[in-house]
Amino acid sequence: MIEFRAVTKRFDDGTVAIHGLDLVAPEGQITVLVGPSGCGKTTSLRMVNRMIEPTSGTVLVAGRDVRSAPPAQLRRGIGYVIQQVGLFPHRTVVDNIATVPLLTGVTRRAARARALQLLELVGLSTELGRRYPAQLSGGQQQRVGVARALAADPPVLLMDEPFSAVDPVVREGLQEELLRLQGQLGKTILFVTHDIDEAVKLGDAVAVLRTGGVLAQFDSPQRLLAEPANDFVADFVGRDRGYRALSFLRTDDLPVHEVATVRAGDTPVGLGWRLAVDIAGRPRGWLDPAEPDGALRPGGSLHRRGGPMRTALDAALSSPSGLGVVIDGDGAAVGGVRAEEVVAAWRRKRSADAR
Amino acid sequence: MLGDIGGYLSSPSNRGKVLELLGQHLVLALLPLLIGLVVAVPLGWAAHRRRWLRAAVFGSATVVYTVPALALFVIMPGLLGTRILDQANVLVALTLYTGALLVRPVVDALDAVPGPVVAAATAMGYQPARRFAAVELPMAIPVLTVGVRVASVSNISLVSVGALIGTGGLGQLFTEGFQTRYLAPIVIGIVLIVWLALVMDLLLVGLRRVTTPWTRAA
Amino acid sequence: MIFSQVLAWFADPAHWRGPDGVGTRIVEHLYYTAVAVLIASAIAVPVGLLVGHTARGGVVLVGSANAMRALPTLGLLTFLFLLLRSQAAATLVALVVLAVPPVLAGSYAGVRSVESGVVDAARGMGMTSAQRLWQVELPGAVGLLLGGVRSAVLQVVATTTVAAYVGLGGLGRLLLDGLNSADYPQMAAGALVIAVLALLLDLLLAGVARLVVPKGCRLSRQSDLGRMAAAQPRLIGG
Repeated sequence: MIEFRAVTKRFDDGTVAIHGLDLVAPEGQITVLVGPSGCGKTTSLRMVNRMIEPTSGTVLVAGRDVRSAPPAQLRRGIGYVIQQVGLFPHRTVVDNIATVPLLTGVTRRAARARALQLLELVGLSTELGRRYPAQLSGGQQQRVGVARALAADPPVLLMDEPFSAVDPVVREGLQEELLRLQGQLGKTILFVTHDIDEAVKLGDAVAVLRTGGVLAQFDSPQRLLAEPANDFVADFVGRDRGYRALSFLRTDDLPVHEVATVRAGDTPVGLGWRLAVDIAGRPRGWLDPAEPDGALRPGGSLHRRGGPMRTALDAALSSPSGLGVVIDGDGAAVGGVRAEEVVAAWRRKRSADAR
Repeated sequence: MLGDIGGYLSSPSNRGKVLELLGQHLVLALLPLLIGLVVAVPLGWAAHRRRWLRAAVFGSATVVYTVPALALFVIMPGLLGTRILDQANVLVALTLYTGALLVRPVVDALDAVPGPVVAAATAMGYQPARRFAAVELPMAIPVLTVGVRVASVSNISLVSVGALIGTGGLGQLFTEGFQTRYLAPIVIGIVLIVWLALVMDLLLVGLRRVTTPWTRAA
Repeated sequence: MIFSQVLAWFADPAHWRGPDGVGTRIVEHLYYTAVAVLIASAIAVPVGLLVGHTARGGVVLVGSANAMRALPTLGLLTFLFLLLRSQAAATLVALVVLAVPPVLAGSYAGVRSVESGVVDAARGMGMTSAQRLWQVELPGAVGLLLGGVRSAVLQVVATTTVAAYVGLGGLGRLLLDGLNSADYPQMAAGALVIAVLALLLDLLLAGVARLVVPKGCRLSRQSDLGRMAAAQPRLIGG
């Protein structure tokens, strides 16, 4: 675990980047540092691997002061992932990943073998190992960046806005990937981001910092959304925090209605809205009763059965028919939900919690 | 040393000679700079607009620029039909150098003009020629100035080599000093040339600032 | 008419052989060039790499490299010759002095051209300062470094030509001897040989660069940097 004890950082020009930070990032969990520009989140992160030295206070990793070891040695035991990725352009992907093991004396063959394993672990084909970073897409490069950080199997991982430089679709994929990896590996991760959504999605614990390096609140994402400690946190979390809080509520008791479906190629029967599905049962769009010529209306978002209330409500609200489409694990449509039922379920949960 | 220089300059004929050579030097260096620029801009624009021209233009520019100056000065009489001691040799050769040097910055500068700006100008109704003069060229000035500064320093220094074929501006102080085994004119020549280069450089920087007020506001 | 005279000059085998022949002059010229560039590189590459790596003194370095461009080569040669009284010493010093700035600027620019994210990652992963310089910054710097060497070679070839004035051998001799005996075909022939030699050397070095620059770097090299290398301070000629 990572601990900050009364850490302060004052730069030469007088700016105070961090002001008396006391924080414990629990072992085996993802702790997110989030806040606006100038809040000191990146500075704090970089003090863990001594890229920046604190003006006063102590930083400890696994109970040991980070100053007790020479910097290079310390860093080889800590994974480091940055926004620009920073892959060495003159080395192949495999050699990039193998960097730290090679630094610590592992043989080239063993290091490369491990690198290939890690490529698969982060969801990339081993074929990419022989390529150069310039030949990879942004998302692929960052996956390699994560693989490189994991190569020496460090217990601690530092991630500084690692997904901010890719487009939203790729970013979501990378976030999912990180959660999956963490489920497998259980590292102690310190993650920096300016995006509250990312913080809430990834963090087991979230620390909100304000400009000047002051800790505003350190809590689980649910409590952060439900009980912001002050106006700054409430503002930072944003206007949709009520909606976002729905991400944490499950939908086990939500009724799923039958939906009239039409398989591709069949002639539609009946009146009212019908859901068009493909051969595998996956939703393809809606047939509008007011447009008898059979043109498909694009559907809204999809809710996976058992998923959070947020996706159920969004599916219902975004559906042209008012019925949110529920899918199973294979993506086949299994039924529909209505917005009012989601709200009713939410109300039930609230009163259950209040008791 | 300083005494020697003072002694050399105390003679009015020497002073007159130095001034005359200085004037000669200026003309031989700056005229090609101007003409070379005037040649490089349309050439560069053509290469900027048509990709296939680039290889040819850049290739010939590199060839010209790679040839050592003295060799170029000597080849000129053969090409132009001038006599060896003719100043035109140096003028034409340096014009070629300047043009070859500036063609690349012109293309780079035009490439660097943001696409949206050009598109907006076109959408407003600018025809290509006017758009170039009113929009692209002004925006190209900063990058272009870097190239012109390099060419300016280069030319001012290269003119002196022409002394070996009889027309070298201040370079003739070097040959004189060497032949008479006297350091003073050589030192004067070096100092004046370096000073000239510095003054030109400052003038060009000033010119750029005057012509691009928007860069200062940023 | 001049053209045929020059061709005739080349066709005469006597002009190629012997101590005054084109063959000898080419060898002399290449020898001076090689020695000067090697010495200059031995000085400039370590300095440029170190200044780039530590990011201290970069402004001074670039400033002085630029300022050196203004030094007139004929002036420098005659000055040093009168000062040192030795044609060999004067030429060598002048050549090295003129070759150092491009190599220095190229090495420095090369190190600085490595993306800051790459250097940060290297440091954060646990590479020592020396490991960073050797394993990450140097491979990234090779392209611009060689660009500087290319500039230096051309600068030295050109200056060696001029050095014939203070008595040096090499291809400049053909030019100046031809001038003294009013033998224009010889002058033109000499000029042509120099021009071709310079071009061939430049092509050769470009080829070397292609071989030596790491493949991954060539792929990721943005066109801007490539052009920057090509536009290096090239004070060709005199």
